[in-house]
Amino acid sequence: MSNSSPSSADGSADSSWQKSIDLPSERGASKLIMDELLDRLGEHGWPSADIFSIHLAAEEAIVNAIVHGNKLDDTKKVHVECLVSPTLARIEITDEGDGFNPADVPDCTQDDRLDVPSGRGVMLIHNFMTKVAYNAKGNQVVMEKSRDK
Amino acid sequence: MANYRRIVVTNTNGVAIVSFNDKKILDEASIQELGSELFGLVEEQAGGGILLNFDNVEFLSSAALGKLITLDRKVKASKGRLKMCNIRPEIFEVFQITKLNKVFDIRKDAGDALKAFS
Repeated sequence: MSNSSPSSADGSADSSWQKSIDLPSERGASKLIMDELLDRLGEHGWPSADIFSIHLAAEEAIVNAIVHGNKLDDTKKVHVECLVSPTLARIEITDEGDGFNPADVPDCTQDDRLDVPSGRGVMLIHNFMTKVAYNAKGNQVVMEKSRDK
Repeated sequence: MANYRRIVVTNTNGVAIVSFNDKKILDEASIQELGSELFGLVEEQAGGGILLNFDNVEFLSSAALGKLITLDRKVKASKGRLKMCNIRPEIFEVFQITKLNKVFDIRKDAGDALKAFS
């Protein structure tokens, strides 16, 4: 079901790695890109704490796209584009859903919401990445983590 | 004693000490199964102590946090006590960001946690 093809050859001038992939809208599909992404981060010298952050943010965003965006509809894909260089990790995730307004997600750290079991993914993404932006429709997120060399 | 796939349970002074078989707790099906096993343990312990030892855990997703919150509620409802220990710094940061470190009773290691039960 998945359509995986590198969008450009590995080893461009700045030794960055890029890949784009369409994931099926099914649980567990993030694995089709995540293992390789984590390997590439390691190869580009990213420290384990940063790899943890990027892993968490990417996992949460892809799961949100599959479950909340595409609503597990097997006719829809989640498009993921990754770029990893020694100083920048950039992940763009686009679903085929109606989009959402990140400002509408309730603050899970309010005392009356602390014990609500869901709704923490978006907050974690914002805390663990350097820059997070959504398109106007709200069906695409671009997240970046920068690293000082 | 129940048969578990996601956890290993040992008993010290009446406290059920839970270790996790998965280094990464993120797959939805595994999290569902983990939840069922932990909720079953709450019933088995019937008001006793449960200690979650995260020594083996390198990663967990927000879906796993959801299960831990539900577990905490169930333990409190059964008048039991739940503590957690050996949480590595990256995961502790997740708890801090989401302020779940205020909800959960988190101890440094198993020794500290067991003392706190007594």
